[in-house]
Amino acid sequence: MKAVMTVIGKDMRGIIAKVSALLADNNVNILDITQTTMQDIFTMIMLCDITEKKIEFAELADKLDRLGGELGLSIRIQHEDIFNSMHRI
Amino acid sequence: MINPGEIIETIKMISEENLDIRTITMGISLLGCADENTERACAKIYDKITRRACDLVKTGEAIEREYGIPIINKRISVTPVSLVAEACQNADYVKFAEALDRAAAETGVNFIGGFSALVHKGYTEGERRFVRSIPYALAATERVCASVNVASTKAGINMDAVLEMGGAVKQTAELTRGYGGIGCAKLVVFANAVEDNPFMAGAFHGVGEGESVINVGVSGPGVVKRALEEVRGKEFGAVAETIKKTAFKITRMGQLVAQEASRRLGVPFGIVDLSLAPTPAVGDSVAYILEEMGLEKCGAHGTTAALALLNDAVKKGGIMASSYVGGLSGAFIPVSEDAGMIEAAASGALSLEKLEAMTCVCSVGLDMIAVPGDTTAETLAAIIADEAAIGVINSKTTAVRVIPAPNAKVGDIIEFGGLLGRAPVMRVSEYASGGFVSRGGRIPAPMHSLKN
Repeated sequence: MKAVMTVIGKDMRGIIAKVSALLADNNVNILDITQTTMQDIFTMIMLCDITEKKIEFAELADKLDRLGGELGLSIRIQHEDIFNSMHRI
Repeated sequence: MINPGEIIETIKMISEENLDIRTITMGISLLGCADENTERACAKIYDKITRRACDLVKTGEAIEREYGIPIINKRISVTPVSLVAEACQNADYVKFAEALDRAAAETGVNFIGGFSALVHKGYTEGERRFVRSIPYALAATERVCASVNVASTKAGINMDAVLEMGGAVKQTAELTRGYGGIGCAKLVVFANAVEDNPFMAGAFHGVGEGESVINVGVSGPGVVKRALEEVRGKEFGAVAETIKKTAFKITRMGQLVAQEASRRLGVPFGIVDLSLAPTPAVGDSVAYILEEMGLEKCGAHGTTAALALLNDAVKKGGIMASSYVGGLSGAFIPVSEDAGMIEAAASGALSLEKLEAMTCVCSVGLDMIAVPGDTTAETLAAIIADEAAIGVINSKTTAVRVIPAPNAKVGDIIEFGGLLGRAPVMRVSEYASGGFVSRGGRIPAPMHSLKN
């Protein structure tokens, strides 16, 4: 199962390191990363394989949400199907 | 991989433009719960609903979490209770409503629909008593929604039922006067009611439906408004095209959630209702869409044309996005639940007469409108008759959900709170309609009902 993780907020040092450490700790594999900075807003999108994750989806989402809170960023994780269904026929 | 622009577009729709799934509604047949004893019938109803829907809320919340899309309401609709209670000797209908209320509380849903009767051609003895019990049932319960179908294109308009419902609306307001007559917010009078509508207060599980079904209602007026900002000043072809594309995206998401809920609950998928359903939140308004098209205020001349375009384009955009589209599908125009409608009504730009015209082209009818507390039962019945006539002649669903707020005068604001919002009390005609609505009998079905 694949999920899309998005990180949106003010750019700072170590965002990718902290997020990817959390994912690695929970056995989530990162398949692809894109990153841009638009008008000082940092936007990172990661496609992750969560098939072998060690914890429940809700718990993973909570952990990412808490990390986002600590860093002052918005971090979401969503099943990739929501984007596929909306943008692909 | 989906490109970043598309991912950000979806996230913005959800976080900034109030895109959500408005409701996952589980329809449950109660036909097997009939019993000649009221207590036994109520026990069967409670058991069946709580058994079937025990995982509904939990499943909805899990989907919400995994897909990152808010699912605002989880609800239940049941077979019209008047049919289930028909076998009872001396049925106590309020007890049926209380059983539904307890089942709703136990399963954690905020509303349960189906305290309903279909009397568009005539009443059975049981249905007549059932309809009279509605005000008491609504006053005695919190989560139960009632509806009565009084007209259809095939049968015409049952004017006895129309008059009866004028009285029922009035009595419901009186019995819930301590709360601004809020009982009326849970009572819908229909013409051409549909059997698979997932939206409250008018949802019920039709007799043509199976044992159990999952219907989903999508929403997203804010997303349509935002999209139209990009084509400001362009011609109508561009407006229609923009609405269609947006409706397609919204509906695809509804289809995904419906299929997922159906799979996880082991209940067949019924339909996606692709309605634009507003909420009182700023930026989640159908009126603002109409104003974005170039009207100074919703209610100005041109509003009916704008709404007709919107209602049609929403359907055209959504129809290909879902394998089964149904319910009411289109644009709702409830006054108290729409920030732009509230402003327009409060400023005098939007009148009851204009709303009536708008119901010829919207997806339902006169919805969540407060009228003065001294409005008579006959005038309320006449409002219902007018609305039913629009539905019957145009072969569409229409409905009346009005609140004759006790002691309220034109210009007062009635606060309902939450999704029900706030309603400015609107003026009704001061001339009497009693001589017309009290004639009794049935207005015949129109010429075009004879299609065979």
